[in-house]
Amino acid sequence: MTSTTSTLEPGQHRIKAHSDGAFVPVQTRSERFASTEVADFEAVTGAEAVWKLTPVRKLSALLDGPLDGSAHPLDARTGDGVTIEWVGRDDARIGSAGVPEDRGSANAWSGFEQALAITVAGEGREATVVRSELGTAARAAHTVITAAPQSTGIVILENRGSAVLAENVEIVVGDGAQLTVVSVQDWADDALHLASHFAQIGRDAKLKHVVVSFGGEVVRVNPSGHLTSEGGDVELLGLYFSDAGQHLEQQVYVDHDAPHTRSRVNYKGALQGEGARSVWIGDVLIRQSATGTDSYEQNRNLVLSDGTRADSIPNLEIETGDIAGAGHASATGRFDDEQLFYLQARGISEEEARRLVVKGFLAEIVQQIGAPELEERLLGAIEAELAAAQGA
Amino acid sequence: MSTLEIKDLHVSVETDQGTKQILRGVDLTINQGETHAIMGPNGSGKSTLAYTIAGHPKYTVESGSILLDGEEVTDMSVDERARAGLFLAMQYPVEIPGVTVQNFLRTAKTAIDGEAPAIRSWIKDVRSSMEQLRMDPAFAERNVNEGFSGGEKKRHEILQLELLKPKFAVLDETDSGLDVDALKIVSEGVNRVKQDTGLGLLLITHYTRILRYIRPDFVHVFVAGKVAEQGGPELADRLEDEGYDRFLGASA
Repeated sequence: MTSTTSTLEPGQHRIKAHSDGAFVPVQTRSERFASTEVADFEAVTGAEAVWKLTPVRKLSALLDGPLDGSAHPLDARTGDGVTIEWVGRDDARIGSAGVPEDRGSANAWSGFEQALAITVAGEGREATVVRSELGTAARAAHTVITAAPQSTGIVILENRGSAVLAENVEIVVGDGAQLTVVSVQDWADDALHLASHFAQIGRDAKLKHVVVSFGGEVVRVNPSGHLTSEGGDVELLGLYFSDAGQHLEQQVYVDHDAPHTRSRVNYKGALQGEGARSVWIGDVLIRQSATGTDSYEQNRNLVLSDGTRADSIPNLEIETGDIAGAGHASATGRFDDEQLFYLQARGISEEEARRLVVKGFLAEIVQQIGAPELEERLLGAIEAELAAAQGA
Repeated sequence: MSTLEIKDLHVSVETDQGTKQILRGVDLTINQGETHAIMGPNGSGKSTLAYTIAGHPKYTVESGSILLDGEEVTDMSVDERARAGLFLAMQYPVEIPGVTVQNFLRTAKTAIDGEAPAIRSWIKDVRSSMEQLRMDPAFAERNVNEGFSGGEKKRHEILQLELLKPKFAVLDETDSGLDVDALKIVSEGVNRVKQDTGLGLLLITHYTRILRYIRPDFVHVFVAGKVAEQGGPELADRLEDEGYDRFLGASA
């Protein structure tokens, strides 16, 4: 077990080690309790900072239940230079990128029996892993993606069908490597999915991480990027389209812990339909060690109908005065009537105008992925979301 | 020949202080091929007329009518008006993030014509029109009005005018915020469209400057929501010398 307790103000923070769920709130992001053992976390009540915006009652199977941790069905497509294999819990790569910070993540960690190891070596590598037959029994999964030093490539994780899944994804980007990881949640309507992604970015390495969530009843993907080596660069991008009754959540964390590191966070979402919900929490921590850091995070939501709710919470913690830049932005707005008027004044019907604006809004993220075939498919998926929402 | 007739038009707008009357009985007839300038001091209702013709939801037509070849325009939605042949070049065009100029123009052209334009001639038309408006080809890849300078926005409006080929166009203070060079380019564009398509123009302006480049056939002076005086181009010259004081005094 690994745990962190407060060292800043011991007198005030003399709280029990299991601070997750404790009454005294965590003061800085770096102090958050972490452990790979589910037993180290108290039962989730829904009052905890990390759970208070999540419909935890729907997630009891993943938070409390036993999980099937065996190797899951998958369909992998890889080219040269990428290996995909199942490995045991004792594999050295496991635990190299992060440690769970919430009970769902820890339950997955405690429960997995085999981990999927994806290794990228060489340049211009590509791999796609599709999971479409996970079924409705509660599962734990663990994936480790490793990019060898100086390698470049893209790994796409696509999720479809039904699932009740808690998982951890570790991403280790070797020195000088440039890796893109895209996780697409195009689940069936009944899917429940809790995911934590932990990325460790090497010296002068770059990770582009993209979370795309369209389908599922409750989908929570929490990516964290740890810039622990000089010159590391992380781009955390996301797009989501929440329909009636859907809860799509992402808690994003960037930890700047080395000089001259750079981060960009940009999440955009659209919400349409009764009970459509989204949550975005963006924590950026710039530690004392992270001089010359450049960071910016933003979240934008486009509300397309009544009855939706978007929570958007940016947090920026800066422990050094010597930074190149740090900023954040958050905006949640309705469809802009002036945009609509402008397009309609050019003969474009209201329906088509709405489609253009929403597509344009979300396309900004899609265009940055850098995988043309996937980009095209995602634009098609956005079209389908819009068509379904408008038909409803 | 097409005709745009505005008859005894009364228009109000909702404000925090309640309903405010802006147009109080406007009569105006424009035939295709004619250029009419509407001039007037700030707050006289010039832009309200422009937006009412286009159908902006903010403005309520209390009474009167706008007829395009006898068809009641005020019954039409904004996009129906555009498809019927009306065009408004806006004073403040809005940004549409994520929608490229190229995609926007093609979508609009398809909507106006009811069918997609033949690809090869369309590309040629867009290119030559952009060239004549001195717009960089890279412009087509940019998002609509995003990060455009004032001059670029106005050129982009005229580009649309040229490609969409309306029967009547209202240019709402197209001259505002343009330096002389940009004003010349934009005016040349408007004159070229007029020559090519013979459209009717309603030129809304505070200043007489643009009328040196686009010669009006008729000038109407708007004061307090209606036409206070009208005449030929010589009226514009007189306004340049005298300003609007004469009218403001009379209405006070």
